[in-house]
Amino acid sequence: MIDFIRDRPDDLIAWTWAHVWLSVLPIVLGLVIAVPLGWVAARYRWTYPPLTNLAGLLYTIPSLALFVVMPSVIGTKILSPINVVVALTVYTVALLVRVVADALNAISPEVRASATAMGFTGFGRFLRVELPIAVPVIVAGLRVAAVSNVSLVSVAALIGVSQLGSLFTEGFQRNVLGLVLLGIVLCLLLALVLDVLIVAAGRLLTPWQRAVRS
Amino acid sequence: MIRFDTVTKRYPDGTVAVDGLDLIAPSGRITVFVGPSGCGKTTSLRMINRMIDITSGRIWLDDVDTATVDEPTLRRGIGYVIQNAGLFPHRTIEDNIATVPYLLGWDRRKARARSLELMERVGLSTGFAKRYPAQLSGGQQQRVGVARALAADPPVMLMDEPFSAVDPVVRSELQDEFLRLQSELGKTIVFVTHDIDEAVKLGDQIAVLRVGGVLAQLATPDELLTDPVDDFVAGFVGRDRGYRALAFSSAALTPTDEPTVSLGDDARAVAAVAQHGWALALDGDHRPIGWVRAAALTDGKVVGPDLLHRGGTVAPASGTLRELLDASLSAPSGRGVLVDESGAFVGTVTAAEVATVIDDELAERRESGGNRRGEYGGHGAGGSIGGPE
Repeated sequence: MIDFIRDRPDDLIAWTWAHVWLSVLPIVLGLVIAVPLGWVAARYRWTYPPLTNLAGLLYTIPSLALFVVMPSVIGTKILSPINVVVALTVYTVALLVRVVADALNAISPEVRASATAMGFTGFGRFLRVELPIAVPVIVAGLRVAAVSNVSLVSVAALIGVSQLGSLFTEGFQRNVLGLVLLGIVLCLLLALVLDVLIVAAGRLLTPWQRAVRS
Repeated sequence: MIRFDTVTKRYPDGTVAVDGLDLIAPSGRITVFVGPSGCGKTTSLRMINRMIDITSGRIWLDDVDTATVDEPTLRRGIGYVIQNAGLFPHRTIEDNIATVPYLLGWDRRKARARSLELMERVGLSTGFAKRYPAQLSGGQQQRVGVARALAADPPVMLMDEPFSAVDPVVRSELQDEFLRLQSELGKTIVFVTHDIDEAVKLGDQIAVLRVGGVLAQLATPDELLTDPVDDFVAGFVGRDRGYRALAFSSAALTPTDEPTVSLGDDARAVAAVAQHGWALALDGDHRPIGWVRAAALTDGKVVGPDLLHRGGTVAPASGTLRELLDASLSAPSGRGVLVDESGAFVGTVTAAEVATVIDDELAERRESGGNRRGEYGGHGAGGSIGGPE
C-alpha cells in the first residue's frame, strides 16, 4: 500500500479525480432532471404511480449490467466514461423523483393555497415557494444518492473505466490486500466529503430550518 | 361591492357545491358566509378570486366581471387570509407580509417599510420582522396573515376561517382586533366561518348556506337571531338565540348609585352601606374591585383582598342588554356593576330592572309588526344590508 502511494502517485491522483467527477456529475444531472419530473408527479396525480414505479424499477437494474448495455443504448464506445455518467444519472433520477414528488406533496395545503391567492403564477409559486420549502427533504435524498454513487462508481473498474475502484481490481489481481484497503478508505473519505458539502449547501439554503422558537 | 350573479359550481362528478347563489357583499362591510360542512361557503369564497372556477353565473367586483381579469392580477388586488395563516415557512415575517408588494414589483426598501407599518397596525412587535413563522405562536402567525393580506392595501379581503385554529381566548382577541382594524380601514370583506357566534359577532350581514350550496337566509345578525326564516336556520343559529339577541340592543336605563366601601374599612363601615348583606368595594381610582359580605367581617377584620368576591362581571354603562343582564346575574349581590369609559363605578342594576327594559322592547316590537324582515329587501336570495343595487 505504501509502495503504491510512493511509486504511482500520479495514478492515485488521477483515479481520485476521476472518481470525484464520475460521482458528482451524475448527482447534478440527476437533480436537474428529477426536479421537473418530481414536479410532474406531484402536480398531475395520475403520473405519480407510473413515474415512481418506473424509477423504482430502474434502480433495481444491477449497475454492472447497466454499464455494459449502455453503449448499445446510447451508441457510446464500450470504454467511454460517459456510460458511467449516464448510468449513474439514471440511478440518481430514480432515487430523487420520488423524493422530490413527496417533498412537494408534503407542503401544507394552506401554504399552497395562500401562495396561489397572493397571486403567484404557477411557475413562480413552484420556484419561490414550493421548491425552497422542499429543500430539506431533497437534500436528504441527495445525501443518499451521493454516497450510493461513490460506491457504484467503483464497479465501473470492471468495464475498464479507471478510478478508485481500480484499486480493488488491481489489489485483487495482484493479491495485495493493502490496495483494497486503500481504495475503501479513499472511497469512504470521498463519500464523507461529498456528504459534508451537501449538508453545508443545504444549511446555506435553509436558514429558516435552524430558527428556534424563543 | 362584490356581486354574485346566479353563481353555480358543479364538479365533473355531478356534485353541486354552490347552487345559483345570488347576493351582494356591500362595500366597506363584513359579509359572513356561515353554514355546516359541505354548504359551499369556502367554494363560494374561492370563486371570488378564481381559485375555483365558476361553472355558470358571474361574480362582479364593482362593475368588473372577474372572469375578464387574468388570475394573478385579480388575486394581487384581493387580500386573502386563510386558516392556520398559511405563512411561507422559509420567509421572514417582514418578507411574508411583503409578498404581494414584491409580486407587484415594489422596491425592497419600500415593501419592508410597509411590512413594519403593518406589523404595528395589527399589534405585532416589529422585533419579529426578521424572525421566521415557526418562531411565532398561532395567534401571532394569524396576525401576520392579516398583515400580509393588507400589504398592498386591497379594497377587498377574503377570509377563510382565519381564527378557527387558535384557542378561544386568543380567538376573541383577534376578533376584537379585527373589528377595530375594520373600523379604521373599511374594507369590503367576505368572511367564512362555521361558527355562528363568530358570524354574529363580526358580520354586518350574514349569509346562512345549507348543504348543497343554497342560500337559506341573508340577514343582519340581529334579524337572524330574532327571525330565522326556517327550521334549518333556526337550528343552526342555536338554542339560546333569544338571549344572544340581547347583544344587539343597548339599554336605556339609569343605574342606581349606591354607597361603597374601600380596602381597610371595618365591619361598622360595611354594615352601614351594605344592602341585602353585600357592599361593593372600590379602589383609589373609584374602580370596582369586588363585593364584600358584611357578615364576613367578624372579630375586628377589615376589608381586604382575601374577603373580596370577584365573580361578578362588570358592564359598561352604555353596554348592551346582554352585558347588563350578565353583570346582574353574575354578581353575588344580585346587583350588576356598571362602569364608565375609564372603568370608574357608575351604579348598579338588578336583573329585574333589565328585564323590565327587555319587556318594553318586546312590547314595542309586537306593536310594530313582529319583525323587521321586510325592511331589508327580503330574507332570501338577493337581499343585502345596502339593498339590491
